[in-house]
Amino acid sequence: MAEHAQAESLALRVQFDTAEQQKDASTLGMWIFLITEIMFFGGMFAAYTVYRTWYPTVFAVASTSLNAPIGAANTCILLFSSFTMVMAVRAGQLGHQKMIVLFLVLTLLFGFAFLGVKAVEWNEKFEEHHIPGQAAFHLEGLPATQQGNAQLFFSLYFAMTGLHALHMVIGAGILMVLIWQARKGRFHAAYYTPVDVAGLYWHFVDIIWIFLFPLLYLIDRHLGK
Amino acid sequence: MTGNGHTNIDSVKTYVFVLLSLLAATIFTTVVAYVDLGPFSVVVALTIAVCKMLLVALFFMHIRHSTKLTRLVVAGGMLWLLILLTLTMSDFLTRGILGVPGK
Repeated sequence: MAEHAQAESLALRVQFDTAEQQKDASTLGMWIFLITEIMFFGGMFAAYTVYRTWYPTVFAVASTSLNAPIGAANTCILLFSSFTMVMAVRAGQLGHQKMIVLFLVLTLLFGFAFLGVKAVEWNEKFEEHHIPGQAAFHLEGLPATQQGNAQLFFSLYFAMTGLHALHMVIGAGILMVLIWQARKGRFHAAYYTPVDVAGLYWHFVDIIWIFLFPLLYLIDRHLGK
Repeated sequence: MTGNGHTNIDSVKTYVFVLLSLLAATIFTTVVAYVDLGPFSVVVALTIAVCKMLLVALFFMHIRHSTKLTRLVVAGGMLWLLILLTLTMSDFLTRGILGVPGK
């Protein structure tokens, strides 16, 4: 029986009775990791909440200097990548090996597109002298006394989007390994756990952005009109 | 997974519907940000974000089909995040309510 189960699922470890139990353990393990990530990002969201409560108008003016349509478009790119990721997991469930590779490659491409847009946006900040700590830092529409508070917003902007982008880069690395493994035919309907847990990570990074986008880009945009 | 050993496979239609809802919510939250809703704009923005999070978590992350243990862990994680934010803000929002003697 044990040999039979092992033939069905190449990766069944001795400590598990069934492939299902092993998969549930992997999923749970990934979620535990994601909880630590929630707390990691949570600290930044807490810092953001405190400073936005203290300097609401400065945050509104600083937020208006970001390009909301580009941010929205980038959010859509990321949502598309989540869709292709879940389609890769679905292909795994069905055992369609070529479709796993195809959807993982699409997810990777959407991920790179997101990072590319982010790079353009960051570059814009450098050109506009909106980099915290820069001697030439100046945000239009604010008196000299509040420039320091505006730097706080941009510190949070770069820390939060930067940490998010770092997670995207790590996610892209994971995807590349998975594509390589999937091409070798390692995944099938009875074993696609790596694709599944990588999907959880990818969607988690998407959820972080779902909150970053309105919190950073969309504070009181009507002021800018 | 409900314990009978078979994975629940959602249809492509379901995923497409979730994607379209997410895209629509993104466009809506962007457009509504240009409307002056006063203090409610942040409430609207966060409500939309939470709805989007639920869509991603329930459908794309398969919470809908996951074990009770996994659901409990996720709910526990959100509870701790809530504690972090609530206790932090209970400090910062209540500073200066009471006068400090000698200050």
